[in-house]
Formats: sequence, C-alpha cells, structure tokens
Amino acid sequence: MTETSVAAPRRTRPEGGRPPAAARRAARRNREGRLWPAHVLLSLGAVVTVFPLLWQVLTSFKSFGESTRVPPTFLPEHWDWSNYATVFSSIPFTDQLLNTVLMTLLRTVAQLLLCSMAAYAFARIAFPGRGALFLGFLAVLMVPSQLFLLPQYQIMQDLGWLNSLQALVVPGMFSAFGTFLLRQFFLGLPTELEEAARLDGANPFTVFWRIALPLARPGLLALGILTFLWSWNDLMWPLVVNTDPSQMPLSAGLATLQGAHLTEYPVLMAGSVLATLPVIVVFVAMQRHFIQGIAFSGMKG
Amino acid sequence: MSVDVEATAAAKPASPPPSEGAARSASSQRALRKRERRFLHRDKWWGYALIAPAGLGLAVFYLWPVLQTLYFSFTEWGPFGGTSWIGLENYRTMLHDPEVWQSLGNSLIYTVLVLLGIPVSMVLAVLLNLKGMRGTGFYRTLYFLPVVTMPAAVAVVWRWLYNGDVGILNQALDAIGVDGTYWVSDPGVVRFAVAAVGVWMTVGYNMILLLAGLQGIPQDYYEAASLDGAGRVRQFFSVTLPLLSPTLFFTTVLSVIQSLQVFDLIYMILGANTSVGVTNPAYSEGQTIVMLFFQKSFYDNQRAYGAAIVCVLFVLIMALTALQFRLQKRWVHYD
Repeated sequence: MTETSVAAPRRTRPEGGRPPAAARRAARRNREGRLWPAHVLLSLGAVVTVFPLLWQVLTSFKSFGESTRVPPTFLPEHWDWSNYATVFSSIPFTDQLLNTVLMTLLRTVAQLLLCSMAAYAFARIAFPGRGALFLGFLAVLMVPSQLFLLPQYQIMQDLGWLNSLQALVVPGMFSAFGTFLLRQFFLGLPTELEEAARLDGANPFTVFWRIALPLARPGLLALGILTFLWSWNDLMWPLVVNTDPSQMPLSAGLATLQGAHLTEYPVLMAGSVLATLPVIVVFVAMQRHFIQGIAFSGMKG
Repeated sequence: MSVDVEATAAAKPASPPPSEGAARSASSQRALRKRERRFLHRDKWWGYALIAPAGLGLAVFYLWPVLQTLYFSFTEWGPFGGTSWIGLENYRTMLHDPEVWQSLGNSLIYTVLVLLGIPVSMVLAVLLNLKGMRGTGFYRTLYFLPVVTMPAAVAVVWRWLYNGDVGILNQALDAIGVDGTYWVSDPGVVRFAVAAVGVWMTVGYNMILLLAGLQGIPQDYYEAASLDGAGRVRQFFSVTLPLLSPTLFFTTVLSVIQSLQVFDLIYMILGANTSVGVTNPAYSEGQTIVMLFFQKSFYDNQRAYGAAIVCVLFVLIMALTALQFRLQKRWVHYD
C-alpha cells in the first residue's frame, strides 16, 4: 500500500465505517471537486437553452402592458389567464388540437404498421424483384420532402381532399425512411425463433406478427417517436392543404395566430405554450426513449 | 435520407480490431447467417402482399410526384391549369433572377453558421462524458428541450426575445451599456439572428449524437495514451478527435442536409404569414430557398418555376453531400 492510501482511511477511521469505502468516497469527492468548472459551463449553457422557453411561459401570464414594461418584470405581477382565453377565441383551438392529435396518431400508427410489414418482407422473404423494389424505396429516401409537395397538393386537389383530415393524414402514412429503419432493425435480429415458428408451419405473416414484431419493439418505438414528433411539428404541408382554420393543426394555427396578433406577444406566447406543451410532456415522460430513438436513427431530414 | 443510416453505421464505436483468425471466422459466420436469413421465407406472394401497401402509397404519393416535379420544371403553367413544354427556360430564368441567388445565398450562409454550433455541441458532449460526471441525464434533458419544441413555436418565442423595443435581449444589452438593434428586421443582422436560433435548436441534437460517439471510444486507448505520457489536451487531439471523426462527419452531413431545407423557423421569425402581406424590411435578406419555392408555388402561382427551384435545391444537396463524402478521406478516420 502506498503512503496516501493508508493515510486517507486513518483520518476517517475514528468516525467509524469501513475504511475502503470511505477512501473511495473521498476519492470520488475529490474527483467531483475537480469537476466544478465543467458544471459551471454546463449550467451556463443550460440556462441559455432553457431561458427562452421559461420566458415564453412567464410572458404568457403577463398582461400586454406588463409585457412591454421597461425594465421588465420577471414573474408576472398577477397570473393573468386572459391570454389563453384570447387564443381560444381567435383560433378554433380545440378543433386544431383534435386535428393535430388525430393527424399525429393516425400517421404514426399507419407508418408503424405499413413500414414494418414492408421492412419484414425486405429483410426476410426472398422474391423476384426485391432488389429493384428496394432501390425504389431508397430513391424516395434520398429526395428532400419539398420535391413531393406540388404534385401531392394536386393529388389532394383532384381527390377533393383539400381542407380535410385525409389531406393531413394520408400522404404521411407512408415512409421510405421508416421502412429502411425497420429493415435494418429486422436484419439485426436473430432468426432462430422465426425459423422454429416457420418449421411449425406458420405462414410468413404469422411469423412476422407473432414473433418478429414483438422483438422489434425498440425499433418500432424509435420510429414511432420520430413520426410523432415530426407530424406534430410539421408546418409546410398543413399550410398548403388546409387553409380553413377549423381544419388546421396547431402548427398552422399558430401561424394564423401570429398573422392576426403580430405584436401581442403575451397572446402569442400563450398559443405557443399550448401548441408545444403536449410534446414536452410526452418528451419528459419518455425522454430516455426519445433520446435513444433519435440518436439511433438520425432524425428524419 | 439514406446517408442517415449509412453514416450511423459508420459512426458506431470503433472497437479494437480483433485478431486475423477471429475476424475471418466472424465474417464467414456472418455470411452464413446472411444466407440463412435470405432463405427464411421463399413465398413470393407473401412478399408482394406485405410490401404492397407501403409500396403503392410511396409510389403514388412520393415516387410519382418526384418525376412530376422534375417534369413540371421543364414546363410553363398555363392560365387554365395546362402545362406546355418550354425546355430549360425556367432554369435560364433562374440564372438571371436575383431573388433566387439571394435566397440560395441566404440558405448557404444559414447552413454554414449553423455548422458553427457543432463545436459547441462537441464541448458539451465532452464535458458530459467526463469521468465521474453527475447529473448527466438532467443536463441532457434540458439541452434536448429545443429539439422537440415545434419550430413554429420556437420562432414565435425568439421573435419576442429579439423584439427591438421591449425584447428581453435588448433590455439586457441596455443594462450593460450595449445598443441593441431590430434583430429580425435589420437587413444587416437578420441572417445571424436566425442562425443563432438555428444553433440553439440543434445544439442538443448534435450533442446527443456526439455523446453516443464519445461513449463508444474504448477506455484502453486513453489508458495507453496516458501511459505514453500524453496529457488531457494531447489525449483529446490524438485519441478523442480522430476516433470521433466518423460521428463528427455524420453530424456535419446531417446538419447540412437539414439546414439547406430550413423553412418553418425562418418563415415564422420573419413574420411572413401576416394578413397584410410581408412587411419585414429584412425579408429578402432572410428568405431561404425553400421559402422562395413556397412563395412562388403557392402564392405567386408560378408552380413550374417553383418546381425548377426545388430541383436545383435537390441537386445542390446531393452535390454538397457528395463533396463531403469525397473530402472525408482527408479527415475522417475509420479503423
């Protein structure tokens, strides 16, 4: 034993307890002590990151007069809910919330189902033309989403779907990205269980549904989270297809709100709090999955 | 985009190379498993049936539209909806359209400025990865909040922070004796103002990717380096940076692809959606190429021209991504 490692326990021994643990604790405290500059930097960064969101919430509870005061107040003098009431009276908020929730849910469920089916076929079933079909999926994957926009709009127009829930949902039900992601996931799964089921005479769909899909849960979760986030926040497509406020999702509703109340910041803050709060709640509740899912796949471009 | 997944695979931790024999048997095993995998099911009708729903949807709503957009870009939109072939005319017009050049320039400047956030993310990731660091999950959650926040809402919030008269930023600057400006309507600063928000929105995302890369660096490399007498700084430059370079590359490629397509954030920050039309004097200094496409296609009723604009954007994205893949040989280490 070296000099220091003997000396450290001796000092703590009179207080009772086991010397090695105490020494370890002392070493850790020592290491943590040296970490304080890192904590200072990280906290500074965290303040810069969180402050805009905090200021958003605080402003949403201030009266217009108070929000423009110089110097500003930090906490609202009295918590004023009227900005939220104004949001409800200027845009059909409940309709838009419902549209957003339906759009997000339907797109996500459809993508999980359709993408996993196609992904499983690409990963496990041999059939002629598979390579060519997969290349077609890859081609879609490479293209930035703006290239689809004009013809998609025309399809909606031709179908008479402008200003409808179908317009918000249907094109977003299909995803080359999701298929690719889940295919990679299926390829990484061991095949033994599936082989066993196959030998028992199960057809490919049963093997997929009963065996492979449950094993692919982490991949499905990652895709589900990405689709949820991406659908909830999507702005350009809803702006294009649904111009009737009662058919808009919240993102487009927020744009309308900004158009109507350009300088009434407390109202705008209230609107943006309402539009983002559900995502923030889901994120905080499932943050580990969110972060893993996003790191796992690289967010959809 | 396909680069995502490809590069994620590349970004996986570089594990110390196994011995020759082990590598060979592992790879032959993998090949064997691959063959088995391929023959798991041979029922072609099941294959077609499972692919059909996604495949048809993608063909109708994605693959066909790409071809149509490409076709539109060579046509002229008649007043009654018909199209007539005009060859390269739209592209020729673009060459002489100052608005196109300006918004392309704006998008490129935004892209470059947002890339400056990657070193910030890198510093944060390195700090979070320090041995014995506590509260990592807490910091990660906070830094990730802007990533999940709706860009339209982010824009609304920052417009308020940036407000020239009573915004909190200018009031804070005032307090330390600096004159603020009208951040989102001053043509000289608007690009930097929106790029700062872009950085704010992406720092947490890039940090998570880089942190995953850092965690994949085997600890033995550091031990070996410190036995050789390398200090902390030396270790960073000769161990961390080279081993992280695949992740850095992936992060950069993704950032460029996403920044070039930016729309929501800047559209809303510039206040492009008011009932009275665009009133922002810095609009043309802020407008991105996707915003111009949106304007031309859906407001100015020049859809064919809009189609040509996004085709150019597509080519630009492909070219810049290809360029980065070529340049990676100079700085990215795979082993």
